[in-house]
Amino acid sequence: MMTVKRAYSLEACIGAETDLTADTVIRAKGLDLTFQTGDGPVHALSNVDLDIGKGEFVSFIGPSGCGKTTFLRVIADLEQPTGGTITVNGMSPEEARRRRAYGYVFQAAALYPWRTIEKNVALPLEIMGVSAAEQRERVKRTLDLVNLSGFEKKFPWQLSGGMQQRASIARALAFDADLLLMDEPFGALDEIVRDHLNEQLLELWARTNKTICFVTHSIPEAVYLSTKIVVMSPRPGRVTDVIVSTLPKDRPLDIRESPEFLAIAHRVREGLRAGHSYED
Amino acid sequence: MTDRLRDKIIPVTAILAAIVVAWYAGSYAMNAPFQRDLDRRAGVTSTTWEFVAKTMSQPKPTLPAPHQVAVNFVENTFFRKLSSNRSLVYHAAVTLSSTVLGFAFGTILGIAIAVCIVHVVTLDRSLMPWIITSQTIPILALAPMIIVVLAAVGITGLIPKALISTYLSFFPVAVGMVKGLRSPELTHLDLMHTYHASPGQVFWKLRVPASVPFLFASMKVAVAASLVGAIVGELPTGAVAGIGSKLLSGSYYSQTIDMFAALVAGSVVAVLLVSLVGLAGRITERVMGGRPA
Amino acid sequence: MTFLRILPWQALLALVLCATALLNLPLVVTDAGAAAGTAWPIMALLAAAALLPLLRLPRLFEAAFLFVAVHAAAWLLIAAIAGNEGGATASFFALVAASWLLAWRLVTVLSRMRPRARGLDILLRLLVPALFGVWLLILWEAIVRGAGIPFILLPPPSLIGLRIANSLPILAADVQQTIFKAVLVGYALGCAAGFAVAILADRYMFLRRGLMPIGNMVSALPIIGVAPIMVMWFGFDWPSKAAVVVIMTFFPMLVNTVAGLAAAGAMERDLMRTYAAGYWQTLFKLRLPAAAPFIFNALKINSTLALIGAIVAEFFGTPVVGMGFRISTEVGRMNVDMVWAEIAVAALAGSIFYGVLALIERAATFWHPSVRGG
Repeated sequence: MMTVKRAYSLEACIGAETDLTADTVIRAKGLDLTFQTGDGPVHALSNVDLDIGKGEFVSFIGPSGCGKTTFLRVIADLEQPTGGTITVNGMSPEEARRRRAYGYVFQAAALYPWRTIEKNVALPLEIMGVSAAEQRERVKRTLDLVNLSGFEKKFPWQLSGGMQQRASIARALAFDADLLLMDEPFGALDEIVRDHLNEQLLELWARTNKTICFVTHSIPEAVYLSTKIVVMSPRPGRVTDVIVSTLPKDRPLDIRESPEFLAIAHRVREGLRAGHSYED
Repeated sequence: MTDRLRDKIIPVTAILAAIVVAWYAGSYAMNAPFQRDLDRRAGVTSTTWEFVAKTMSQPKPTLPAPHQVAVNFVENTFFRKLSSNRSLVYHAAVTLSSTVLGFAFGTILGIAIAVCIVHVVTLDRSLMPWIITSQTIPILALAPMIIVVLAAVGITGLIPKALISTYLSFFPVAVGMVKGLRSPELTHLDLMHTYHASPGQVFWKLRVPASVPFLFASMKVAVAASLVGAIVGELPTGAVAGIGSKLLSGSYYSQTIDMFAALVAGSVVAVLLVSLVGLAGRITERVMGGRPA
Repeated sequence: MTFLRILPWQALLALVLCATALLNLPLVVTDAGAAAGTAWPIMALLAAAALLPLLRLPRLFEAAFLFVAVHAAAWLLIAAIAGNEGGATASFFALVAASWLLAWRLVTVLSRMRPRARGLDILLRLLVPALFGVWLLILWEAIVRGAGIPFILLPPPSLIGLRIANSLPILAADVQQTIFKAVLVGYALGCAAGFAVAILADRYMFLRRGLMPIGNMVSALPIIGVAPIMVMWFGFDWPSKAAVVVIMTFFPMLVNTVAGLAAAGAMERDLMRTYAAGYWQTLFKLRLPAAAPFIFNALKINSTLALIGAIVAEFFGTPVVGMGFRISTEVGRMNVDMVWAEIAVAALAGSIFYGVLALIERAATFWHPSVRGG
């Protein structure tokens, strides 16, 4: 707990010094990333400029190979850019990672099968050296937050796919990072479960006021969740459009039938079509 | 190519070099007490280097130096008549013949048993547990008895040793083949079902191709086991011929250099056999159009 | 001829064999030339068991009757031949074959049963292979006695059992020497050393790249050949055998542990990275648990290798106790029943060793799909 607290006070200092970035969580300038593969270089990110402000819910959408996951992984310091600059909370991604600045939710739940649900949620807390009592309290709180109370003693494989993914979100929330990076977290779930989780995620975002970066390939999901939608296209991976949502913050599921929603969805679709070349 | 040099060749060479250095150090340390004793009795004083050289040129050292083993191995492999009792090629050939014979029998037997187990429920439930249990049993302990009992009824030479090799090599093949024949996914089996394929067609067109990688993987294990069987099978025959007998006679007369050379010969045979089986597996998979791994 | 269609092939063949036996009576001829043993009760039992399916009884009754009939027949047959070894006629072997076929029928009936109750299912899963093993022993006993194979070459199981019962102190001393000293010490040292080097190899890429090809190659080599050298270095007593066991168990542990440490998924590793977890935290919280199935695999492989290594090493010289010593000397004296007794004990020890490891594995890797059956 001590380390976490210290990290945040430091971050506050940096924020105070550089007034410009006070409200900017992520700032990318001319970001480039080229993978060297057996079939030659792959240009995953090309000249990406993007600012993400505090409390925003940003979706990244685009066809596969457009670099949306790669961008998220660069923020998380899981990939190193080959050009350009990026800061997270005003620091380098590596520094941000060392200060445990973000929680990451993967495509699959990636829960450890030898740990119970509560032990899985406690995993980051154990690594960060949080006291046992504090661990118990936080696990209880975050499991409450994702409506998984009562399943503490279950093993991951005893839960449905949707519940597993909720547990993995709880794990990302457990150490109270202000930034949540989610890489197609609901991609493998069926539509009904997905709708339900989308609703819960919005509710959670409203309650906690976190900054969320969300990768998806579903247009309705992106429009429904986001305050800002980043449309990307492949070969080379680049940003083709940034759409600021005009939807109100309070969004019931049936907002998806409103003309406003459909208009935004249409613009996203147009953006995807423009960026997509049909030669392949 | 440079990747291969960096990732494989240099590290392996470095580790091997380290082993050789440690071996030399070990042979000095282990032979020195005896040499010191020898020198004291003969009243000889020698410089450090002379002494080190002497520890590495004893006729019956506790741990022979690598070059002693190498010289012995090369001499007995390339500069002996094949009929000579000291020729390692001769001894290796004796061991190899029973290994290969036993391995061939063992593989055929293993495949046959696997096919039966996959197709007959009764055998699956009754025989399979025994095959698995029998892998936990030190079967090699049977070797001397098989040799002696068969000798008592007049069967000697190649067959008893080959039988031990058969015995050791059929287990891995049977277990691997059962796994392989059962490896097709349910969707592939369902697909055959939608074609109304006969059991024979399912077997030849799906199960057999699916089992090939499993077969060759288990054959590699089996051929190594087969060699161990042949070597151990040579022990109770009173050291007549073969790598095992060479080891035994070496231990009777404390000829450590001979023993190490025989071990090297056995290792060379093992590597050759396993590589051959591996090569056969790769060729088969390529002919069958498998992905080059 | 509807009964031909109702009766299973084993039963039909058994009936034919009973008829052949009828034509070739008596069952057993004694040395004096007299007939011995009464064939009638055996034939009645077998015929009744063969014709049983005609009654269309429930499976359970059929199985129960078959069980009693075939084992009673087998017992009567062996009782008839005991003492008149080598005197069996064609009729004796026909009846042995008939009862074996009906036992096969019994196993088939049991194999097809799919009881709902879990306990009953486990019982069946144990009973079927147990019957197979029992019939292997029955056939062994009947054929050795019936054909008059000299006991000095191949003793029947009953004699081996008798020998075990009569030589318990010797066997216990051998087990003490070979298993509790050589095997356990060597196994513990070899596995621990292999594990430690695997962690080192995991830590240093260069070491891993250099050691892995060598480790993989060594697993194919006849390492058992170092036994005479170890005996020369460490003397006749158990330390030399333990040394052989150490060498034999080291490499499988090394190779499997390194492979297991690479088994954790990319996503799980990335997760640890996002927590900025250190090497040891990742090792203990993720990679070692993920490697557990591989490590247990090595422990199980090594349990067999350790026994083989210790026993074979004793062929090269021991004090006058030990399982390998007993086997090699009793073979020399043609006391084959003692050799079999020792092998039976070795088999039992090997199975127990393996079984204990498998139980620990089940408890430790309860989460693994192969254990939870999903």
